Amino acid sequence: MTAVMPAPRAREAAHDQPAPVTMAAALNRALADSLAADERVVVFGEDVAALGGVFRVTDGLASRFGEDRVFDTPLAESAIVGTAIGMAMNGLVPVVEMQFDAFAYPAFEQVTSHLAKLRNRTRGRVALPVVIRVPFGGGIGGVEHHCDSSEAYYTHTAGLRVVTPGTPADAYRLLRQAIGCPDPVVFLEPKRRYWSKETAALTAAGPPIDRAVVRRPGQDVTLIAYGGMVATALAAAEAAVEEGWDVEVVDLRSLSPFDDQTLAESVRRTGRALVVHEAAGFAGYGAEVAARLTEQCFHYLEAPILRVTGFDIPYPPPRLEQFHLPSTDRILDAIARLQWEADGA
Amino acid sequence: MTISDVHPGLAADAAGLLPSTEPLQLIGPDGRPGGNPGDLTLPGPDILLRLHRRMALGRRFDTQATALARQGRLAVYPSSRGQDACQVGAVLALRDQDWLFPTYRDSVAVLTRGVPADQTLTLLRGDWHCGYDPYERRVAPQCTPLATNTPHAVGLAHAARLRKQDQVALVLLGDGATSEGDTHEALNFAAVWRAPVVFLVQNNGYAISVPLARQTAAPTLAAKGIGYGIPSLLIDGNDAAVVYAAVRAAVERAAAGGGPTLIEAITYRVEAHTNADDATRYRDDGEVRSWLARDPIARLEAYLRAGHLLDDEAAGRLAAEAERLAEDVRRRLNTDVPADPGELFDHVYAVPTAALERQRAALRAELDEAEEGEEPAP
Repeated sequence: MTAVMPAPRAREAAHDQPAPVTMAAALNRALADSLAADERVVVFGEDVAALGGVFRVTDGLASRFGEDRVFDTPLAESAIVGTAIGMAMNGLVPVVEMQFDAFAYPAFEQVTSHLAKLRNRTRGRVALPVVIRVPFGGGIGGVEHHCDSSEAYYTHTAGLRVVTPGTPADAYRLLRQAIGCPDPVVFLEPKRRYWSKETAALTAAGPPIDRAVVRRPGQDVTLIAYGGMVATALAAAEAAVEEGWDVEVVDLRSLSPFDDQTLAESVRRTGRALVVHEAAGFAGYGAEVAARLTEQCFHYLEAPILRVTGFDIPYPPPRLEQFHLPSTDRILDAIARLQWEADGA
Repeated sequence: MTISDVHPGLAADAAGLLPSTEPLQLIGPDGRPGGNPGDLTLPGPDILLRLHRRMALGRRFDTQATALARQGRLAVYPSSRGQDACQVGAVLALRDQDWLFPTYRDSVAVLTRGVPADQTLTLLRGDWHCGYDPYERRVAPQCTPLATNTPHAVGLAHAARLRKQDQVALVLLGDGATSEGDTHEALNFAAVWRAPVVFLVQNNGYAISVPLARQTAAPTLAAKGIGYGIPSLLIDGNDAAVVYAAVRAAVERAAAGGGPTLIEAITYRVEAHTNADDATRYRDDGEVRSWLARDPIARLEAYLRAGHLLDDEAAGRLAAEAERLAEDVRRRLNTDVPADPGELFDHVYAVPTAALERQRAALRAELDEAEEGEEPAP
């Protein structure tokens, strides 16, 4: 019998009042509050203790919670995930950090063959409430192997939940929810948004871990985004007002499982949809979104669902990444191609 | 400058980490005590009799499973025949609260830990799950991808230490698995964390077809321990007494906070890799025959008989018990257990997603339709 994790104790310290906060700080508070609320939570990875992580997301946690709760590991990603599996088997709730997206690949076998499958292999007897935090995506001028969008590798694996926040407040909420989730969660942090600010109260309450949210209501077209592209999509929606389009922006939040209900409801209403991500388009996450929504909304669609994605190339160097990343202009161009004229016009 | 200026944690006595040049041994191939005991002591008669009994039962289970695989009742069976002393000696050395992390070749170890025979063989008979509740006897699912169980054992052991529980993890691996990156990472993590974990390498000479000489250039696999700061033992893997004593000492050391131990047991896989393998393509009969002469059960039996701890009557009783076990295994494995395809969706997540429920319903509808089609005309 699998014990479902008890909900973290409500201990929403001093951040229940709206205040300006960056995504990195919101994530840091989510970790601190999870560590305080549940003694089974441990945080570990490379450089997470004294340094506080290369992005400072774990800043101050080791000194506050001690080296048995927050600790550095040797430099080996497969063992970080592999030992997290063993710790979870023995009653802990590990939250591990992969330093960068592409540096998580050595752990791929542990993630896909063990972390994702152990519940199934034991007929539900062994639950692995493990969270793998992965800073992902580009837009920060990083050198090679520091800017991959690796979400499709994980979403293709049954047994994993894959989530990514688009705003600081949601980063706090989603991470608290991920740490309280009985399933393993790959938590993708859009590193280009680490320093984006929002004035918000931080709370775990709100939309549950597997729901998409409408960030901006609109009538004419559904613009689907996640992670680092949510802010870009919102900017494109504002720019589209000048063109006379009323764009609805949906932030997916959960890439796996996929929230068909919220998405289909929006697309049936607008009749047009566009999905945007940084990752390469070929066999990318957007292909799944387009296919599912076409299956579910075909008779409501006025145009094929389009994708605005990175090119099918290795992630480009800092000098050239601006040409690769979806921009507001590229999104507006795609919106313009959504067959606004009647057939034969 | 001295090295301790740069590496203050350096073990003062690095040589103390090295294994012996020759394998430690408590009972020789002829059944005589002595051999090369090192710091290990021969277990008492009660333990030796338990080792003998469990090896005899394990061997019968193993030959029965091999036969069932040939008959198609098992999808595949990787035999551990010849490695009986490792399978049984290591498991009996564990305490009740300790954990075992076995591989696909360690069915006899799983059985010896107390998992019922049919549950032990569930995965190998072609089911989608491991067949047993790992928490019931603290046995992880038998691991198929090589070496990937090593960091699991280290993590579980480290968690026990963090939670101040007196628990040790024993992980089983083979000579081939020592070449995998996970073994290296796990040994390193275990050493740095001083995790209460014991690594037992059953060096049976071959990784499917590849001999040890193509696997490593290290003097021995146990010698690798020094590279991690882990004390290591090289032992005769066909001597159940020394396997028990070595693992027991390592478990006690780990439980006392002394950290991990690496043990290499020299043994031999008598059968092919699995029933699907043809071992004549990579080794000759003479080699197999020479190892049959070093049979671990015969060795311990010779010792017990010489010491009047086992007589014909007791041996006869044990043989009858082994036959009853084999009969039970046959009966259970020859009974078809219905598999519900709908259950494939149950344990992917804690609660099946909406999409999985739709797929389950679609499969159910497909099956119902097929069933209707099969109904005889009225």
